[in-house]
Amino acid sequence: MSNLTVSNSTLMLGFVLVIVALVIGYIEKLHIDKDIIIGVVRAIIQLSIVGYVLKFVIKADDIWLTLACFIIIVINASYNAGKRGNGIPKAFQSSLLAIFVGTTITLGTLVFTGSIKFVPEQIVPVTGMIASNIMVAIGLCYRNMKQTFSDRHQQILEKLALGADIKLASLDILRDSIKSGMQPTIDSIKTLGLVSLPGMMSGLIFAGVDPVKAIKYQIMVTFMLLASTSIGSIISCYLGYRQFFNDRKQLKNELIS
Amino acid sequence: MIVEKIFDVQDLSYQVGDKEILKHISVEIEKGKYITVVGPSGSGKSTFMRILASMISQTSGKALFEGKPIDSYEPTEYRQRVSYAFQQPTLFGKTVRDNLTFPFEVRNKEFDEAKVKQYLKMVNLDESYLDKSVNDVSGGEKQRIALLRNLIFPPEVLITDEVTAGLDVENKNIVHSMLKEFNQRGLTILRVTHDESEIEAAHDKITIKNGEVVNNV
Repeated sequence: MSNLTVSNSTLMLGFVLVIVALVIGYIEKLHIDKDIIIGVVRAIIQLSIVGYVLKFVIKADDIWLTLACFIIIVINASYNAGKRGNGIPKAFQSSLLAIFVGTTITLGTLVFTGSIKFVPEQIVPVTGMIASNIMVAIGLCYRNMKQTFSDRHQQILEKLALGADIKLASLDILRDSIKSGMQPTIDSIKTLGLVSLPGMMSGLIFAGVDPVKAIKYQIMVTFMLLASTSIGSIISCYLGYRQFFNDRKQLKNELIS
Repeated sequence: MIVEKIFDVQDLSYQVGDKEILKHISVEIEKGKYITVVGPSGSGKSTFMRILASMISQTSGKALFEGKPIDSYEPTEYRQRVSYAFQQPTLFGKTVRDNLTFPFEVRNKEFDEAKVKQYLKMVNLDESYLDKSVNDVSGGEKQRIALLRNLIFPPEVLITDEVTAGLDVENKNIVHSMLKEFNQRGLTILRVTHDESEIEAAHDKITIKNGEVVNNV
């Protein structure tokens, strides 16, 4: 632990890295200085608040407080995933169910198998990792779904006209969308250790944990992200595709650009 | 002789925003007829046909199929009875087989290869076409295969929306004779066309202009 030397003064000096980004933006006339400053200020405030909240939650070590953190993370992730639905009706509700079920099953399995303990310092960060990954996966699912429904709407109409049910008519889109949500996780797994030393593992090594032990945690994270993104993608896609049809199993034109 | 009405359309309108596409249409269609629907482009023919095929629903008025409102039928079952064929069909999957398997999938039935081969013959395509890539069939062949998807399990009504547009004479004739044969077996056909020779040869016509029926069969 003695290697962790970050302090307020070192952070202030590290701010020079933000200036590098600002200077590049200025020289290249990218007009992103305002975005960078707002982003940095938001990150500092948000992380500071979260830091103090986590400190309080970990110190309190209360089951209800830990569950409250779980719920807040899940709702927040669902809200953001829902926004990425971009016009798909009930995108928030679908995301909420997908993220809640995906996170609960994954977290439950990890606790049940003894991979992690039901203590706030483990539950809260792991919930955040799972929920944010499902959130990204759902965003990709929704984007793919909207795009392919637009691109292939003629084919769907023809399948409906032949008497197909909405699921059979959209099966290709459904499969492609689920795959698009899971693909980044699968791709990143393939390069683990070769290209990137991911967050969990790097954090532990940073904190002085034996790298061999750190990889065990990373392997657990890999299993956990695979399960959670597949559960989240499947649930959100199965709920999402129905929104493209009305009660009469007709394709909704307003959702197809 | 008792005339059996298959469709009874009463005061039907269809509106998108402020635009009235169909205006108070009333028309009766007899079972077993081969009706040609004509009218200028944008007059509302396709919209009317899509309402009859339950692909869209009218904004007001009634459309009855065999005495009951179309909207009261379960949509997938209805569309298996009233089938709609598109002007420029897309073929599904990778091979012709994928397309002809589809109607069986829709009905949860085992693929009947012998039956499919018979149907292929009917549209002058030999059985080797089954495993042909969808990218290797011509426009005319594509349309014939697409029509087979509609007809392998014969519906009660077939609505065709300019399915012969852009086809050469040989392909047109194959499509005509196939449709005629099915009509003689009792299939009611509603055909939208702009083709002069088809309009001339037609016995029963419905003309739609500016969203209104101006003559009735």
